[in-house]
Amino acid sequence: MLRIILTVCFALTASLASAIEIKEITSDGGINAWVVEEPSIPFTALEIRMRGGASLDLPEKRGAVNLMMALVEEGSGDMDAQAFQTKLDALAASFSFRAYADTMSISARFLTENQDEVLALLHQALTAPRFDQDAIDRVRAQVLSGIASDAKSPNRIASAYFDHAAFGDHPYGSSIDGTVESVNALTQADIFDAYHNTLTRAEIYVSAVGNITADQIGPMLDKLLGDLPAEGPAAPTHVDFGLKGGVTVIPFETPQSVALFGHAGIERHDEDFFAAYILNEIVGGAGFESRLMNEVREKRGLTYGIGTYLVPKFHAEMWVGQVASGNATMSEAVQVTRDVWTDIAQNGVTQDELDNIKTFLTGEYPLRFDGNAEIAGIMVGMQMIGLPTDYVINRNAYMEAVTLADVNRVAAELMQPDALHFVVVGQPEGLVSSD
Amino acid sequence: MRRLIASAFVMFAALPAMAQEVTTFSLDNGMDVVVIEDHRAPVVVHMVWYKIGSADEPVGASGVAHFLEHLLFKATDKLESGEFSATVSSNGGSDNAFTSHDYTAYYQRIAADRLPLMMEMESNRMENLMLTEDDIATERNVILEERNQRTENNPGALASEQFRAAQYQNHRYGVPVIGWKHEMEGLELKDTIDFYHLYYSPNNATLVVAGDVQPDEVKALAEQYYGIIPAEENLPPRIRPQEPPQRAERRLTYTDPRVSQPYLSRSYLAPERDSGAQKEVAALVYLSDLLGGSPFTSALGQALQFDSQIAVYTGAGYDGSNLDDSTFNITVAPSEGVSLSEAEAAMDQAIADFMAKPIDPAQMDSIRMQLRASEIYALDNVEGLANRYGAALSQGLAIQDVQDWPQILQDVTEADIKAVAASVLNRDQSVTGWVVSSAEEAR
Repeated sequence: MLRIILTVCFALTASLASAIEIKEITSDGGINAWVVEEPSIPFTALEIRMRGGASLDLPEKRGAVNLMMALVEEGSGDMDAQAFQTKLDALAASFSFRAYADTMSISARFLTENQDEVLALLHQALTAPRFDQDAIDRVRAQVLSGIASDAKSPNRIASAYFDHAAFGDHPYGSSIDGTVESVNALTQADIFDAYHNTLTRAEIYVSAVGNITADQIGPMLDKLLGDLPAEGPAAPTHVDFGLKGGVTVIPFETPQSVALFGHAGIERHDEDFFAAYILNEIVGGAGFESRLMNEVREKRGLTYGIGTYLVPKFHAEMWVGQVASGNATMSEAVQVTRDVWTDIAQNGVTQDELDNIKTFLTGEYPLRFDGNAEIAGIMVGMQMIGLPTDYVINRNAYMEAVTLADVNRVAAELMQPDALHFVVVGQPEGLVSSD
Repeated sequence: MRRLIASAFVMFAALPAMAQEVTTFSLDNGMDVVVIEDHRAPVVVHMVWYKIGSADEPVGASGVAHFLEHLLFKATDKLESGEFSATVSSNGGSDNAFTSHDYTAYYQRIAADRLPLMMEMESNRMENLMLTEDDIATERNVILEERNQRTENNPGALASEQFRAAQYQNHRYGVPVIGWKHEMEGLELKDTIDFYHLYYSPNNATLVVAGDVQPDEVKALAEQYYGIIPAEENLPPRIRPQEPPQRAERRLTYTDPRVSQPYLSRSYLAPERDSGAQKEVAALVYLSDLLGGSPFTSALGQALQFDSQIAVYTGAGYDGSNLDDSTFNITVAPSEGVSLSEAEAAMDQAIADFMAKPIDPAQMDSIRMQLRASEIYALDNVEGLANRYGAALSQGLAIQDVQDWPQILQDVTEADIKAVAASVLNRDQSVTGWVVSSAEEAR
């Protein structure tokens, strides 16, 4: 990390554009990986991603990929769940297996002294999972408990409605957890189908940071991942954001209403993406400085927090935000949010706001690279959206190149106050559903 | 960098590590300073920890410590309202603050060459805050919305609040950090200003600077910015009402239709880490892992999730980082069709079985290995190390205690664990809480 971080930061603070030491390798077996050699602490963080994810659930089998991924750590080879976890604990390593809408995510962290044993265990989990019936039933009960909790969580009620209204029958329109009915109906054969379809080398991305060398990583990855299928099923198609402007109130007895709002967004590869990114930061980005935070929290005390997020998914784009406010004040919070949206769409942002946010974004960027796992996560994220290794050096220059005219043109095009839809869960006074 | 490598290896062998990167000193006005060097990246974490938390609040003004934390971002004689965070942000940094029962802390994470600016602003707001009635009115709404978001909208949080109030019979740990709603609504300008003037003083604060800095340079800056602030002569000794011997088990049922998964929690009053006396509580760290750490290998997990299908979730937790008495906690969520009384009986049986049987030496080795590894992983996170020192020094521990802790953990024996379990797992000093959606579920 020393060299890497120093060079990145020099590039940013002293405009000395030396190369960041991300090494890109391709294994003999054809697996591409990014590596940062950081030997100062004797451990390594490894990140693996596979495109596809829960969007590859077969018809009527919603929840299969999610349940399968939760079972990967529940026994493999000649080890049942308890034997596997006992071994993992004794090696003081951690694995995380998570399914997302378009992605399978595998993370590992291990001490150098245990590296070979840990990787052998990870290989066993990925290539010889058992999916024992008792493990399926145990984890299924946990998933069902989570689905039941979501049904009583104001935030989850809002997002479930929002997603379905926006994306309908596309996989983005429903929870990857599945429904009580679909999860209850899943069989061991369904779990094996989900496994064969999603844990493949078809579109695989790997990053490693820590006490490991680029020379080691190729043979290591071929051993770890070489046995997985080379091909997987086709991904779903693109879907338009289908929710029209308006308000939907979902009654729920609770003292504070929550709102999820948004409209269509912008593709990650759009040439205006950086302008849109900066615009979002000014409108409702992290920290205390955004327009919405100022208007809704600092000036009026209507909320503890409000934020907005550009969400460029692989097959759809949206721009969403979240706010929570007491039932008596939610309608005012919604109105102020709309007013901010209208004002910026019409009048744009100021040069001061742009300058301030640029200083923040360019100064904050190198601070993200502050640990092996953080760097590995950032790198694998870049790989998945097709960015080159030198993006970490050029990224701030892309930010700097955005002009006030760019931001305000994008604001006028992208921000559509009439298209904003607010899904409000609670008992908000004076707020009713449109049509 | 060199030192970091060296220490990592030293730690591997014997574990008394990290001492060499940590420098401590005090300013003449009584402010303690801790410098943690990590030269891997040109970044610094600058924190000021006040030895004042919600458990030090005056009667009737619960939430004032946390309210004041919010108000510290308002105007001072030199900074406009909001200018503090705006300045940090426009310098590419991030900032925030947090309040616990024992401390209130403010921090910024920023490029290392901006440290003087951070110190200039942080030292300025230690004594020059200029609050207005407007600030109070608006920000009180913000903290009430924060309470709404964290607690009122969350049945689990409301339940814990009730259980904690029953656990502590005399200590202010029974009052929530954010405050009781009716008292928060009544917080006035005077409450916050009185609290501020008394407790926000250099002799009641610890400065922690971690990252790409040199101790000498930090010392010179600290003297320049913080050293000129006079000590508060009227700072009262930190005396809090302590728990009496607890002689009767307490049982509560919290009913809320928003609960979807019923569960039970059991908390026992437990000792905290004290300076020079951390051995007993180190055994509690093992006990929580052995009873309810991993669902696959812990006593509760094996008995309730594998040998039987009584629970969908089991867990145990213990955090010894407290100025006064802590708690040891167990949670069980029963499977569909299993009642809370059945789940509780199975939990108590699993605890009894654990006490009756020897501990597997392989499990002891595994926990030791994981604790040793966690010290290595911790070196990757300098902000975590800064928090470790800042919290400890605000909770009655010394630097030496922080540095001794990893080795004390390594030295825990089976006998230590059984002894502490026998004394702490005493129902007379426990609270058992059931969380349900309806009266019918409470069976």
